[in-house]
Order: sequence, then structure tokens, then C-alpha cells
Amino acid sequence: MKYLYVGATPEVERQAYGAVRDRVESAFGVAVREMELGAVDFAYDRERGQYGSIAVLEMLARICPPDAVKLLAVTERDLYIPVLTFVFGQAQLSGRVAVISLARLRQEFYGLAPNREIFLERAMKEALHETGHMFGLVHCGDRSCAMSLATNVRQIDSKRGEFCVPCGARLRRNMAVREQGL
Amino acid sequence: MKTHWQILVVDDEEVMCESLAAWLREDGYTVDTASSGREGVEKARARDYAIYFVDLKMPGGMDGIETMMQVRRLHPEASIIIITAYATVDTAITAMKEGAQEYIVKPCNPEEISLLVNRIIKVKNLQRENTILRKKLSRQYVVGDVISKNARMGDILKLCHEIAGLRSTVLIQGESGTGKEMIARAIHNSGDRAAKPFVAVSCAALAETLLESELFGHEKGSFTGASERKQGKFEMADGGTIFLDEIGDISPKLQVDLLRVLQERSFYRVGGTEEVRVDARVVAATHVNLQQAVTEGKFREDLFYRLNVIEIRIPPLRDRREDIPLLAHHFLERLAHEMGKDITEISEGGLKLLMDYNWPGNVRELENAVERALVTSRGQVLTEEDFSFLAANEAAKAWTAPAGMTLQEMEKLLIMATLERTNGNIKESASVLGIDRSTLYEKIKRYEIPR
Repeated sequence: MKYLYVGATPEVERQAYGAVRDRVESAFGVAVREMELGAVDFAYDRERGQYGSIAVLEMLARICPPDAVKLLAVTERDLYIPVLTFVFGQAQLSGRVAVISLARLRQEFYGLAPNREIFLERAMKEALHETGHMFGLVHCGDRSCAMSLATNVRQIDSKRGEFCVPCGARLRRNMAVREQGL
Repeated sequence: MKTHWQILVVDDEEVMCESLAAWLREDGYTVDTASSGREGVEKARARDYAIYFVDLKMPGGMDGIETMMQVRRLHPEASIIIITAYATVDTAITAMKEGAQEYIVKPCNPEEISLLVNRIIKVKNLQRENTILRKKLSRQYVVGDVISKNARMGDILKLCHEIAGLRSTVLIQGESGTGKEMIARAIHNSGDRAAKPFVAVSCAALAETLLESELFGHEKGSFTGASERKQGKFEMADGGTIFLDEIGDISPKLQVDLLRVLQERSFYRVGGTEEVRVDARVVAATHVNLQQAVTEGKFREDLFYRLNVIEIRIPPLRDRREDIPLLAHHFLERLAHEMGKDITEISEGGLKLLMDYNWPGNVRELENAVERALVTSRGQVLTEEDFSFLAANEAAKAWTAPAGMTLQEMEKLLIMATLERTNGNIKESASVLGIDRSTLYEKIKRYEIPR
């Protein structure tokens, strides 16, 4: 039996973690296991005041359990890759690990009044998006599909928390191929 | 339609290079990386990329500007985005002057890069569509457009280049669908007649009298329905090339007329008395063996030699199977783009099937097969299944009536084959053949069929 692991770093609030966990389980139809992860301080870049997502992915790849189909990590830390100012998350395309950051998903980050519903919706959409990458999906041109590229929260908000029909079909095919390969 | 496009990221910092590449791959692009300007230029030499991301500051005597200049020398149309951490107005101006399309300062807002890439790809898609449409519209093939790695085809293309500038008549022989007209157009477009008209006439499509008026034109009132004076194809092709397809099908009278045009470089319009002089290069093509037609007395020997000054024999596709994958991918790329389908690959099994097929209709049949597979395919890759209709074709065409066989010979062969299939069972064979047992015995005796 293989599991889709969803892990969280210590600072992640449990309600958001639970929401992500449940959404991933229902969307991908694979049994989910929780995993407590250590802090990602090692990835901290003093100059940028952010955390390098590549280092986080490398760490995740090292600790990914043998019975894990995939491992999705959730962190509060603001992530970046060197060439970009930030990333909402990053995945190994068709790989086993991915990470999403909750840092920029809250309304407060943009100086707005807090809104839990919007925050949780965004977290769940990003979780679907990065997990989709792990299952080999690339960005989708359909703006309402969970696999469409979002470079700001407005774009996240305008997606639906689901895959479009072609991406859903691709996902099922990729998952079937993977199962046969097990 | 992103998957056609490849991107190259050139940066000496591995983490920078790989992270940008990974980010772009999530967008569906195929991304290559190079860790130095030199390596970047080497990769650009091997293939042209849709977008080049080049870091400005790189060690090893070749910085971003120098890399960009060398890439532009290889691909003048290349879209190059210079990346730098040290944004100064000076370097930005230098980069833009040397032809950088854009200039980004790292770290860059993801939205900015995303918009930039989308904008460039949109333009690339339009340019490509434009090229395809233009080629399709004008069919302005040049020798370089002919796709082949076959040695015989290589010789033919070399010959095409050499003869493009001459006026000598060319005879192109090859089975139907091998691309005779394409070769003719390539010869025309590669020579100094390229700016002048290329006029194609299918000699098989028209009746003798119509073809005559089609080729040479007619005067007003020269026959019923000739209400106006009409220019013929030879006149239209003045200064350029006239392509006479299916030349083997023309009547003896037209053969004489054509011979005259080739000898005198002049002719009379149908019903006309005025001699018309033309300077048109004649390229003729046929799918029948003209030499044999000459031997059989169906084609004038003198005309054959006039036409056959330069002879090109295009090998059928089955004799150059190494070209099948090349051509299949070429058609796939073009047709998928035209049909708006995101299919870029043919599976190994699919390719094997294509390689094993006999292609009686040659390149044209291959193009049609790829189109048909694209229409019906549901996946992202064309597979064996998508080409399964070819197997059905093969089975249906496995038997063709042999040429030059008498009815009696045919009958003998059929009886022998039926007896073999029924293990010599006379009753069963007679029933299959639809004749009496006694008749079968009689025929076996007459044809001396061993039992």
C-alpha cells in the first residue's frame, strides 16, 4: 500500500493543514498520511529574508518515506527561487516531492482585513496545483483550472479548486501509468 | 501550443540555471541549460531555441552580451532575454542595442517573466503560422525544404541546386506521391527564374483539344465557345518555368506540338497565325516509365530525348525508409499546429508500423495517414492504434492483378492455389471455384497441373 503524504512544518496552523490534507485526499483518491516535518531554517537566506525552495525540496526528497507515492509539504515560510522574487510553491515535475507556502496566501499579507475562508481556499488550490505537478501535469491555459499558472493571489482566486476536464483526464492517465509501474 | 517551443537558459550559477529551467518546465516548455556562454553557443549551434535566457555576468571570457552576439550570428531572429543582478542603465542599453529583446533584473517578479515569455511565444506562434500559411499559399519550396537524409535524395537535391540556374529541360520520373511537383518548384525557386511565374499543368486532367488550348492558348472564334482570345500556359510561364505533369499521358498530336515548342521555342495559338515566342523552362514529370513507353511506341523517341536532357528519378518512399520518421514528424508538427492539437510525438510502436508499411502512395500517403491519425487520436502521442487503418489498407491491397497475364494463365494459377489451400480436395476446390467436379478434372488435365 502506498500513501500520499502531506506534511507540515512546526509553525503551520493546524486548521489550514487539516483543510489541505482533506482536499488532497478527496481530489486524488489516494489514502493520505500525515507527517510532522522539522523547521526549514536551513534554507533561510539572510539577505533576502526568505527561504530557498530548492533546499526545502532537497530535504524533502531525503526524508520521503519509502511507502510514499508523493510527499507534499506545507510551510508558513515565504519561499523563493533565485531568479524570482517569490514562489507560492514548488514541485519536482513528475517527481515525488513538493512544497507550498502559506505566507502570501493571507489577506493580511497585502494589508487587507483577514478572511479565513479566502485563505483556506487559496491553500487548498495551491496544494492541488503542486500535487498536480508531481503527477506530471504542466500549466493549463484554462484560467479556471487548478493547473493554471498563478503569479498573484487574484489569479489563485479566479481558479476553481478543481482540475479542468482535459487536465483531469491527463491526471487519471498519469496516475494509472504510475500504478502499473509499481 | 507550448510544447513545440524550446527554451535555453544560460547561467554559470547552477542553482540559478536549474531553478529557472524547472519553473519554465512547469509551464510546459522543454528547457535546456548551459553553464557557460561557450556551452550556450554550442547548444544554439545544434538547434534554434524559441527563447534564450542569458545571464549577463559570466566568467570565462564570454559574458552575456558576447554570448548573445554569437547566438544572434547563428540565429538572427533569436529572442534573447538578458538576466542580470546588477541593473545599471548602461548595461541595459548595451544589451538592447546588441539586440536583446528584453532585460530582466533578478530577482524578478514571476508575473513579469510569465508575461514576457507568453508574449514572445505568442509572437513566435504567429510568425510560424504565417510562414506555414505563406508556404501553403504560394508553395514556394526551395531545395532546402525537401526533407530527406537518403543518399540518393541527397544527390538529387545537389543536382537540383546545380541545374537551378540553367534553362535545360528536366524530366522528373517517380511514382505518384513522391513529390515531383515539389522538386520542380524547388528547382524553379532556387534559380534566377524564381521571381517569374511557375505554371503547373496536369496533362492527364484534360482532353486532347482542351489541353492544346490550355497549353498554347487560342484565338477568338477558333472553336465553339472560344469567345475571347486566351493566353496559354506557355505564354503565362514566359521567363519562368512551365511544369508539365503526367507528360506520359499526352496524345501523339500534342507530342508533336510540344516537340516543336522545345525545338523552336515558339508556337502558334489554336486557330492563330501569329508565331508566339516564349522563354519558358520546361520541367516535365511522369509516373510511368517513359523509356518503356518509347520502346512500346507510345511515346515519341525524339520528344523523350528533348525532355530527358536532365533526368531526375525520385525513389519511392519504400526505398528510402530512413526518411519515414523524419517526414512523419515533419507532417505531425505542421498538421498538429494547423489543427490546434497538442500532439508532438509518435510512439515507438507507431513509428515501427510506419516503417514497416509499404507506402504505395508514397509521401502524400504518409502525410494523409498522419492527418487521419491526428483527427482520430485521443491521446497526446500518436500510437500504433492511431495508425491501425494502414494495416487494413495493406490487407485490402495485398492482391493486385498482375500485368501481362492471360486469362488462361490466371485460371491455372487460381486452380493451383485453391487445390493447395484445400490440400488437394477436389470436391471442396470445385465448390470454392464454383464449378463442377468434372469441369475441374478437365481443367487440371488441360493445364497439366501436378497433383
